[in-house]
Amino acid sequence: MTTCAKPEDNAATPAGAPGSAFLSVRDLYVHFSTEDGIVKAVDGLSFDLERGRTLGIVGESGSGKSVTGLSVLGLHDPMHTETRGEILLDGQEMTGAGEKTLEKLRGNKVAMIFQDSLTALSPYYTIGRQICEPYRKHTGASRRAAWARAVELLGRVGIPQPKLRAHDYPHQFSGGMRQRAMIAMALVCDPELLIADEPTTALDVTVQAQILDLLSDLQQEFGSAIILITHDLGVVANTADELLVMYAGRAVERGTVSEVLRAPQHPYTWGLLTSMPRLESDVSEALTPIPGAPPSLLATPTGCPFHPRCGYPAEVGGTRCEDERPLIGPGRGSACHLSAGQKRSLFIEQIKPRLG
Amino acid sequence: MLRFLVRRSLGALVIIFLICAITFFLFFALPSEPALLACGKNCGDPALIEQINRNLGLHEPVPVQFWHYVVGIFAGRDMEVGNCPAPCLGYSFNDSQPVWETILDRYPTTLSLAFGGAAVFLVTGVAIGMIAAARRGTATDKFFSSLSLIGNSLQIYFIGVIAMWLFVDTWGVFDRPEYFPLTENPAKWFGGMLLPWLVLSIIFIANYSRMTRSQMIEQLNEEHVRTARAKGMSGRTVFFRYAWRGAIAPIVTIVGIDLGSLFGGAMITEFTFTLHGLGRLAVNSVTENDLPMLMGVMLFSCTAIVIANIVVDALYAYIDPRVRLS
Repeated sequence: MTTCAKPEDNAATPAGAPGSAFLSVRDLYVHFSTEDGIVKAVDGLSFDLERGRTLGIVGESGSGKSVTGLSVLGLHDPMHTETRGEILLDGQEMTGAGEKTLEKLRGNKVAMIFQDSLTALSPYYTIGRQICEPYRKHTGASRRAAWARAVELLGRVGIPQPKLRAHDYPHQFSGGMRQRAMIAMALVCDPELLIADEPTTALDVTVQAQILDLLSDLQQEFGSAIILITHDLGVVANTADELLVMYAGRAVERGTVSEVLRAPQHPYTWGLLTSMPRLESDVSEALTPIPGAPPSLLATPTGCPFHPRCGYPAEVGGTRCEDERPLIGPGRGSACHLSAGQKRSLFIEQIKPRLG
Repeated sequence: MLRFLVRRSLGALVIIFLICAITFFLFFALPSEPALLACGKNCGDPALIEQINRNLGLHEPVPVQFWHYVVGIFAGRDMEVGNCPAPCLGYSFNDSQPVWETILDRYPTTLSLAFGGAAVFLVTGVAIGMIAAARRGTATDKFFSSLSLIGNSLQIYFIGVIAMWLFVDTWGVFDRPEYFPLTENPAKWFGGMLLPWLVLSIIFIANYSRMTRSQMIEQLNEEHVRTARAKGMSGRTVFFRYAWRGAIAPIVTIVGIDLGSLFGGAMITEFTFTLHGLGRLAVNSVTENDLPMLMGVMLFSCTAIVIANIVVDALYAYIDPRVRLS
């Protein structure tokens, strides 16, 4: 099997050392200028991701998770977007990189899987051709070799009769098969970073599980890092290693998956967990939605952006939640003014019983 | 594909037949007396009128006339004025010439005007639209937008007359518009049609550039175009291969309709430049109550439009694979 030529094949940096993460995002701001004003889609976001690990980014629609994924590839329209901060991919700065540099990285070192495979694949070209294209571009392979590679990958992601099906158009595939084809397209150049933006949202639950298994298998095989963007905590629970909860373009809580799901610290994460149905919970028990609606990113609330929907500003006392933006450090933590003790006791007393 | 074409062609025949019937019966619903045009000084004589009507086949009931007409198209028919071989569209009430031959005589002019004009407006319009889409929001885009607004508000008879006066009479940079057969003298044919092509195109260019621009912008915002960028395709590939492919489908549809109606004759352009095409023939046959000629031109134009539509549908299936299966 041939591998794609990587623009910069750095020797692997020692894992674990500070600042050596494969992907390192620092103080990322992504602001869109619209007719209504500046939309602060991502507002000061930092995270790290090691090779071979999966980072789940969860949050409601409009929390900035997809925007973050697209910024890593520099896919925002530069005319209407202001991107500040650092995105270091394997030591290479992505935010200021030119279009030519980015083109060489896209689909090659970093690949992306989109949510709705029906609209995300071109209806005008065959599946095989669409998989071939990035491979030919990044490796300079011949048409024949690229086609063979496309067929090989279609087989690898579990498409039956890949040789035949490579000639099909996207509309001739079922939803699950299309999503597999999209994964094949993303994997064609053995990317070191895979950004999956709601890869299973449009699929039914059994297919969803198959796709997630496929992603995990492929990760073990290729050792890629994965960013899994989703609004579904159930998806990340089984697939991700680390978790980043986003709200209004900011990180509100981070930690390993078990830390965040077993002992969540942020009231927003509590809200997400209590609003999720559980198999083992009593049917008569009502789910508790988070009150209010996600804030407008044109005018994000001052201080903690979650304070208008939060039940605990009184516990913090004063007007601290309205005035002061809570900070979040690297590693396990949450952006909340509640003290560590308050978070623990509130969770154990009020939230945990409702989770069953 | 073959089945599709057969099915569409059968449907087209039904449509053409219906149009044919409607035209025929509408004509008789009008207070028209074609014999009055032919009787000259002796119109007071009912026997003469009767004789003329008999010669023209107008003495029979209308459905019978229609039946003879339809049969004549496929089998030819014997008329009082002589034998009319298939496809027989009858003889003109006006000059007693066979309708089919008059149409064949006028058609090259119409065809030249339609194809030449379409070539000019398609290439220019689509190119302008694509440039505007690639530079949307810039001064170039705004310049073309205002230009197309002006082009859209112009009328052929207005710019045609001005262009004739300026380019032909005053400066002499263009030949006087006239139709020369392409097969006899291509250079003269080109020179004679150039000004009509350009004038005819201006309004279409305005439309096509605006449509191409909006289609391209819509396509560039499609998710599959973003996917193409996400897999590292260059801006050029994304623009020309992914976005353009999606944008041409609706354009092809409109081209089919426009070309079809141009095949039926571009009346205003023909009158402006004194060209003798189908459009002029149609208008004259209406004003002169010349039923066979009117019927012939209608039938011919309708067939052209219907064929153009079938070709467009076939092309559409070629462009968009999603249409192929259904």
